[in-house]
Amino acid sequence: MRLVPDRQHRGGMAKNHYVPKVQSGFGQFIDCVLILVLVYASLYAPLLMQANSGSSAASSSEKPTWQSLKQNSFEAGQWQKLGYTPEQAQPIIETRFEYSISWPVLGLTAAVIIGYYLFMLKVSDKEYREVIREKFGDRP
Amino acid sequence: MSAQVIEAPKQHISLKKVLSPIHIWGLGVGIVLVGEYMGWNFSVAKGGALGSLIACWVIGLLYTCVAMIDSEVTSTVAAAGGQYTQAKHIIGPLMAFNVALYLVLAYTMLEAADATVFGDLLQEVAGNFGVANLDPRPFAFLCIMFLAWLNYRGVFITLTFNFVITAFAFVAIILVFFGVAPWSPGVVLHHADLIHGLPYGWIGIIAAFQFGMWYYLGIEGTCQAAEECRSAARSIPLGTMSGMITLVIAASLTWYICSGLLPWEYLGQATTPLYDAARVTNSTWMQVVMFVATVFSNLASANGCINDASRAWFSLSRDRYMPPVFGAVHPRYRTPYRSVLFLIPIAVSFAFTNLLDQIITFSILSGLLGYTFMSINMMRFRRLWPLGSIHRGYIHPFHPLPAVMLFLLCTTVYFATYLGYGSQLLAIMAFFIIASLWFSLHRYKFVKRGDQFTMPWPRPKGY
Repeated sequence: MRLVPDRQHRGGMAKNHYVPKVQSGFGQFIDCVLILVLVYASLYAPLLMQANSGSSAASSSEKPTWQSLKQNSFEAGQWQKLGYTPEQAQPIIETRFEYSISWPVLGLTAAVIIGYYLFMLKVSDKEYREVIREKFGDRP
Repeated sequence: MSAQVIEAPKQHISLKKVLSPIHIWGLGVGIVLVGEYMGWNFSVAKGGALGSLIACWVIGLLYTCVAMIDSEVTSTVAAAGGQYTQAKHIIGPLMAFNVALYLVLAYTMLEAADATVFGDLLQEVAGNFGVANLDPRPFAFLCIMFLAWLNYRGVFITLTFNFVITAFAFVAIILVFFGVAPWSPGVVLHHADLIHGLPYGWIGIIAAFQFGMWYYLGIEGTCQAAEECRSAARSIPLGTMSGMITLVIAASLTWYICSGLLPWEYLGQATTPLYDAARVTNSTWMQVVMFVATVFSNLASANGCINDASRAWFSLSRDRYMPPVFGAVHPRYRTPYRSVLFLIPIAVSFAFTNLLDQIITFSILSGLLGYTFMSINMMRFRRLWPLGSIHRGYIHPFHPLPAVMLFLLCTTVYFATYLGYGSQLLAIMAFFIIASLWFSLHRYKFVKRGDQFTMPWPRPKGY
């Protein structure tokens, strides 16, 4: 950490101010690229893990009718106005979500989120004290 | 660098202070209203029509807390960057860096999703007129370019444009609501024939919370314009709270229209539910109004997102959290033009990935992480500077109830996200953890410590 004395502080007492490094243009470019690479990695990672949204459709070999799909006469009329036949509507109607809870995975997810916030608040607090000390001087 | 170096005096160019409450309303509602035209209905698939309605109101409560907290903190910390600048002054640099990333990524990805849907809409219309297989990507690209140009030229024209098209999209929902004769149940609207309870029980309601956020996601973006308001203390609370009221009305009307016209299974996966609802009425004027309003809502959302993402990126760069080259203000138009330009290729690349699901989930989760921060931020704000110690533009009532309620509701939405998109949630958390480590270990060494506190406030209590 590079520190220089500062006699302009409001308290009139000398204190050390941090002088940041100057980054090259190439370094700035690399930093931007790195963040973008991380964003894309997090977008594609769930696909690589073959994540799905937990939905599934029951398959049936019989020719469906609005009655077999449990659609009343008004619902059947609306599907038809939207341009759907029973065959076309079947996969939409029979798709169902499965809300199963894996407690270990839920626990891991909770631990990751809580750990992230705790880490961030702790590090932020350390940095914040440094900012306040530089701005207002040492604590009276 | 030596302390002896004498620099030539520089003329300080700041962002232009030209905005009034209607622009703030146009920005906040403009970003969000597209959620009523598409996206909210995925909550119907998750929990049925009734589950979606409950999600609409519970998540409305979450956003009311967000709007109350935002109004107080932003009317006091009136600077571009919104929640980022708040985090910098109240919690610390690493939190601020993360908040800015939430904002930039949430808005840039939402902009990409808007542009993608805009292209898809034009493709569908072209198909109806006999032009098959029209490539939607050039239209998505042109949409982003046009709106970026508008943002480059000036904030006043950008948000005036947003106000006009957003107002049209809101009025269109009201017109269609009266068009379907809600006073005569069973004539046009058939709720009794279409609503079948809760297909997944209570857990479906919780699961619906994730997409229930789509009803309101982005209203907190009003804070990004604080530095450009003629009076932030007046414009931000007025624009944000009136925007929130607008959205609750629009969301409830949208649910009422769609759930009374479309089978819930169809509604749960529809791309353009309000437009589809107009289609089944067989009314030409309603179809035309809904099509135009859907396009306008898309444009307004993308436009507001460019505005907000560029302000967040500009603020990050101005403080050297990211490369300072993007922290420049245009000498004539007084806009953060380099940030506007830098984010164009990124938004276009997101739009061309064909990962709409992942992009929307990333956007929602970035917003959710930001809301969790806001509850912690509010508690610290009142603790570090108790009432009376600094001038506040607005003081929200019932503290700490909104902050506590916001925290609890955010926790519930994390659980809802786990139910549908658990692996995406972990991937996104991994991104923010790695980015935080990178900032702490590498990027922070380029940041001037003392410059991170610029408000004319006394020393925070306890520090």
